[in-house]
Amino acid sequence: MIILSIDSSTPVAGIAVSDGMQLLGEITLNTKNTHSEKLMPLVKHLLDELALSVNDLDAIAVTQGPGSFTGLRIGMATAKGLAQGAGKKLIAVPTLDCLAQNLLHYPGIICPIMNAQKKQVYTAIYRSGRDKLERLSDYQAIAVEQLAAQLKELKEDIWFVGDGVAAFADMFQELLGDACRFADGHNILPRAGALAMLAAERASEERFDDLYQAELIYIRKSEAEVQWEARQQNQNS
Amino acid sequence: MTTDTIILAMESSCDETAVAVIKNGHEILSNVVSTQIEIHRRYGGVVPEIASRKHLELINIVIQEALDQANITLDDVTHIAVTYGPGLVGALLVGVATAKALAFASGKPLIGVHHIEGHICANFLVNQNLKFPLVCLVVSGGHTNIIKITDHGQYLLLGQTKDDAAGEAYDKIARAIGLPYPGGPQIERLAKEGDASAIELPRAWMGDDSFDFSFSGLKSAVLNYLNKAKMKGDEIIPANVAASFQQAVLDVLVQKTVHAAEMNGVDTILLAGGVAANGTLRNQLQKAANEKGIQVYYPPVEFCTDNAAMIGAAAHYKAVNEEYADLSLNAVPNLSFEKLLMERGQA
Repeated sequence: MIILSIDSSTPVAGIAVSDGMQLLGEITLNTKNTHSEKLMPLVKHLLDELALSVNDLDAIAVTQGPGSFTGLRIGMATAKGLAQGAGKKLIAVPTLDCLAQNLLHYPGIICPIMNAQKKQVYTAIYRSGRDKLERLSDYQAIAVEQLAAQLKELKEDIWFVGDGVAAFADMFQELLGDACRFADGHNILPRAGALAMLAAERASEERFDDLYQAELIYIRKSEAEVQWEARQQNQNS
Repeated sequence: MTTDTIILAMESSCDETAVAVIKNGHEILSNVVSTQIEIHRRYGGVVPEIASRKHLELINIVIQEALDQANITLDDVTHIAVTYGPGLVGALLVGVATAKALAFASGKPLIGVHHIEGHICANFLVNQNLKFPLVCLVVSGGHTNIIKITDHGQYLLLGQTKDDAAGEAYDKIARAIGLPYPGGPQIERLAKEGDASAIELPRAWMGDDSFDFSFSGLKSAVLNYLNKAKMKGDEIIPANVAASFQQAVLDVLVQKTVHAAEMNGVDTILLAGGVAANGTLRNQLQKAANEKGIQVYYPPVEFCTDNAAMIGAAAHYKAVNEEYADLSLNAVPNLSFEKLLMERGQA
């Protein structure tokens, strides 16, 4: 089964094409250009290099969040547009699962952290198993200190991965000391190749997403909703 | 080009997720509009983040609905068209990303359409007998322009607002007198019960032969009137405020548009944009123009408010000239009409 994988949850654009568990090609572009400008030209470029057309694909995989709201929407809209336009299946995978997958065989606790601004990270906590990661927590937006407190209780080495490392490595180091380990430069960013592996697993289990039902995991509500709900609560109390 | 165009057009610049299938620029095979007005009402206006989220949830099902209603499949479509600006950037991006992917996956050429050109072309969608040159008043929540049209896609900007758009002023005044969003239709309704000469309000003429507009002074004058009345404890009659405000806007719109047609020797005026749905504007413009022997045409209300049929109509004339966009097409939230003219070397 040939799958095109797309990730634009962060400023990094990732495209991969895979056949089963074999990666045929992958592009990771960590530039400041908008996803709107770079994503589709990269898709075309990679397919051209592989001498494949959209018709040769069986499914489109995409990261479904959390991450940058706009980046996520461009990725999902692109994936759904491709799936609808060429009649292909859709596979949506949580971004944090993909990030953790970068460190699949690392021993101990894997903790992907994505910079969520406001001194918070989008995160989930995973434990490495033999061939699979076990997710121990919900997907959440949480303050750095609060996450560190949760991790401290596990009394294990913690591997951090994701763009939250660049922003918060010093804070975690201070709070967790030697238990802190950080992914290397080549696997610290989201990788479409990791998405491709998780998508291949899903495809082998025939677990596809519905084009009309697949939703993004934003975690956070819009600012307007938060304020409106706060006003309602004030009025009721 | 002698072959037919069957264009799948998308519009997601604000709070309507819309998709239409248009044949040859004027045959409406389908026109689906999913509005978010109810969702945004509690916030008193469109919330960009919520609008963007809704667009993404709806756009693929609305595309399928438009194809089903047209009784065709994607294979029958000749071109994919999409609004790329102006509008809310997050909202536009959903349409643009979807259209690019759909075009690439189905192997159809992609056409980027300027939202305002879409509003203008709503007229060609419903009226095939229009003769150039034409003068068009484009008036909406984001725009107030007078444009001379010499041929399909050939525009000359005669005047534009220097501050607020007319529709924006409507919405702000509506909010000030406690009317729900969207304010335009509410003001028009309430104005029918009021006295348009009750409150003296300024009209910004901007010089004798200027076709430019300014509505911020009028807006301030109304807000001042409301504040003063409140402080003095005078009774405020909302219907009179609505009627007096609306008449101040319409006087300027009508007089400048008719004058622009006369000065340019044009005998046909078009109305376009959301405020073109305003019946009082339609009647007053028609009356003033007819007195000078000038005809006025406007689209039915459903094609004045945001829709994708108008985008499909505008895209048809670009398809004829093979004016295609590539896969790097981006959303341009502040895309001005002048920018469009510059691209075409018409400015």
